[in-house]
Amino acid sequence: MKQTEYQLICGMEVHAELKTKSKMFCGCKNDPFHASKPNCYTCPTCLGLPGALPVANSTAIEWTIKLGLALNCRINLFSKFDRKHYFYPDLPKGYQISQYDLPFCYDGYLETSAGKVRIHRIHLEEDTGKLLHKTVHNQKVSLVDFNRSGVPLIEIVTEPDIKSAAQAKEYAKTLRGILRELHIADCDMEQGGMRLEANISLQAVGTKELPNYKIELKNINSFRFLEQAINYEIERQSQVLQNGEQLNQETRGWNAVQNKTFLQRTKEEAEDYRYFPDPDLPPIRLSTNQIEIIKQNLPELPLERAKRWMSNYHLQPEFATRLSEDTKHAQQLDSLFKLAVNKKFEPSKLANQIVNKKITVNYQNLEATLEEFESLNATATVDDNDLEKIIRQVLAEHQDAVNRYHAGQKQVLSFFMGQVMKNLKVKADPQQVRSTLHKYLDN
Amino acid sequence: MNDLTTLTLADTIQALRDKKFSLSELLSSYRSVIEKHNQKLNILLTTTLDNHPEQLDSPLAGSPLVVKDNISTKNIQTTAASTVLDGYRPPFDATIIHRLYQAGASIIGKSNLDAWAHGSSTETSQYGRTLNPRNPDYLPGGSSGGSAAAVAANMCAAAIGTETAGSIRQPAAWCGVVGLKPSYGRVSRFGVIAMASSTDSPGPITKTVEDAAILLNFIAGHDHHDSTTSSQSAPDFTTNINQSIKNLRVGILYQGIKGLEIVDPHLQKVGQVLESLGAQVDSVSAMDPKLAISVYTVVQRGEVSSNLARMDGVRFGNDRSYFGDEAKRRIMLGTYTLSKGYADQYYNTAQKVRTLFIEDFKKLFKKFDVLISPTSPSFAKKVGATADAAMFGELEDMLLEPSSITGLPGINVPCYQDKKTHLFLGLNIVAPMWREDLVIKVADAYEKATSWNEWRNKA
Repeated sequence: MKQTEYQLICGMEVHAELKTKSKMFCGCKNDPFHASKPNCYTCPTCLGLPGALPVANSTAIEWTIKLGLALNCRINLFSKFDRKHYFYPDLPKGYQISQYDLPFCYDGYLETSAGKVRIHRIHLEEDTGKLLHKTVHNQKVSLVDFNRSGVPLIEIVTEPDIKSAAQAKEYAKTLRGILRELHIADCDMEQGGMRLEANISLQAVGTKELPNYKIELKNINSFRFLEQAINYEIERQSQVLQNGEQLNQETRGWNAVQNKTFLQRTKEEAEDYRYFPDPDLPPIRLSTNQIEIIKQNLPELPLERAKRWMSNYHLQPEFATRLSEDTKHAQQLDSLFKLAVNKKFEPSKLANQIVNKKITVNYQNLEATLEEFESLNATATVDDNDLEKIIRQVLAEHQDAVNRYHAGQKQVLSFFMGQVMKNLKVKADPQQVRSTLHKYLDN
Repeated sequence: MNDLTTLTLADTIQALRDKKFSLSELLSSYRSVIEKHNQKLNILLTTTLDNHPEQLDSPLAGSPLVVKDNISTKNIQTTAASTVLDGYRPPFDATIIHRLYQAGASIIGKSNLDAWAHGSSTETSQYGRTLNPRNPDYLPGGSSGGSAAAVAANMCAAAIGTETAGSIRQPAAWCGVVGLKPSYGRVSRFGVIAMASSTDSPGPITKTVEDAAILLNFIAGHDHHDSTTSSQSAPDFTTNINQSIKNLRVGILYQGIKGLEIVDPHLQKVGQVLESLGAQVDSVSAMDPKLAISVYTVVQRGEVSSNLARMDGVRFGNDRSYFGDEAKRRIMLGTYTLSKGYADQYYNTAQKVRTLFIEDFKKLFKKFDVLISPTSPSFAKKVGATADAAMFGELEDMLLEPSSITGLPGINVPCYQDKKTHLFLGLNIVAPMWREDLVIKVADAYEKATSWNEWRNKA
């Protein structure tokens, strides 16, 4: 029997906690991961006490719009918060304040190397508390920590444009880069500061009909697991479909030990959250002027930077992309490339060697970096026997320095480097000198 | 010395300042009234008569007030008259409580209400019904029945209630006192246990119109904890006392509609009184108030089902099995009207009709400065009247619901007392948004031109 081929249909929902000073709807400190003890950052509002009211954090709203603009979204000038109802002990009010039909941002896109991923919407909501299951006095109990309750949370929802696990990973990583570049989220994956969800189904190649099921992959806390889990699902689902069986709506998780997805729950019927506009929060009206100001203050994003480097310094796309993700050193790298051009060096070669770790950039001293680059690339070939002879000689002359090296003062290495280079009398490849030195010192 | 408790708030403040008596003398007078009548009338759920400092320099000079028990008071039990919250002591004061303390109020008790403020009788309180001090065979109305009764029974100098649709004005009418519902957003809801968030308005229940203006001065104004409060600063409402209403245009609403046979003739007389004061009085027809019942019922039930979701017994209070029948009825109806496929049919449609009411009032206020109507179609109902009437409150509050769902300010002033039953009828005066000044001006002029107000007569 002929094997049917399947194409992945995948959309993603990413949650990220915004790092505003205070929580979304109250003045409590927003720092759940560094709290000294449970429930120390709480107040009547984020505990859902009777009569307490929410007041929206305007910085969080501004940041959401910032992200929307960075993702080429359209912005709703009239927006509002809605109540989403469900019962869970970590949700103190019995509803989550979220956005239903008028999210702040919609209809954007994010570029990946495999094509555009359209952004369906970005909305702002509040995070829940956290349940801790413990044994206290030999009794199994569930405790609730509300430090995270009310932390601003954005949800970024894509269209089902993702065609491979690798693209999903690239999308998520790029998104994290943007969130960090904008200084609006730390995206600590392990702590749950950024949470990934993928909605996955398969379509038989050649058919136009969209699949009639959707598997939700939830609670993925690393990019690698995301890629592995999607690939696993492609395998699993195509086998089920190949056997002529049906796939149903369900939620699955990723078991990183067994390297497979597992069933979390099946959806018997559609959930009904009974959304309605939160009467405690007046609708939000924004002017085109406000949006324009936010737009003008957007920093350069990694992707834009990569493009600029490619056109200005002729960096190869691969290296430009890699280096552009280092948002912390973006400015210094920019200066470094400019300096390189002035000195008639090739920035693309420099970028290549930085990415391949042949050169470590000294961000305090860019000139020194270029000197290293120069010496690395302008070398004479040194005979291994000559080199080893000189090394033995240098080490013998500086026994005390050797002792210090063995006592842990590894920085002594650069002293030896200098001595050896000096004695060689020619411009040797520092890489060659360094590795030979290591051979002698570390044995 | 029991006369002290019959003083109006204005007179109490003056007398305290003039040192005609001390705060502790005043409090002991209130204590004896409360001890004498509270057991039978069940007006106050909690009394806090002790430990009030003298504060003659403050604007309220220590005046003893009672507040409805759905308003959070720090470390003082706050139940909303539901045993779900039995023993709940909030760790914070509602904004209005904070403001009253700052103005120098002594809060001496928390008053009974329909559980969760769901009702117009105070008969659905899970701590037992309150009886009308004017005649204990009758109900005080509700949901702020305890606050209105506390004023009528001289258990406080003045009280605070909350209104969602008639909950201040209707019990004020039934107990023969003044009840002022401010514009929605004029007074902070922070700390007031939410009933229907989009219409809840705390306001004063007092012996005179002047007292209402005094109290409103202290509780009104923007609150950074409540983003639905207006950012405009509140004016001094007491400047509307003793003002002429000459040439003011007054429209009489709902005349001749079915069910108002008892009150209609009295409203005619109100019209004559206002005319004699120089106002221009005319009848006017408005949107059928019965439609407002539907709008209110749908919107309010939806919001109730959402607002009560936090009462899960995890962080405070008892679990959900403590909910009474009326709360359960409202949660179920509200859950239904908000559910998928029905929200458009009910909640969203109701909001559209609400807009129609707003437009209707806008048109009316082009022709009139204020609109008047009866507060309630009848005198207080007999004890037990709510037993088989699930929609009791809505029918009672029909005349107030159009102004409630549109957020307008309104006031009740007594406009008739039956000599045999001692029960009252009330006049409702409504003005455009943020025009409490107009309702106070007209109500004060009416109050002073008639003799229904026993306390004013004494002064």
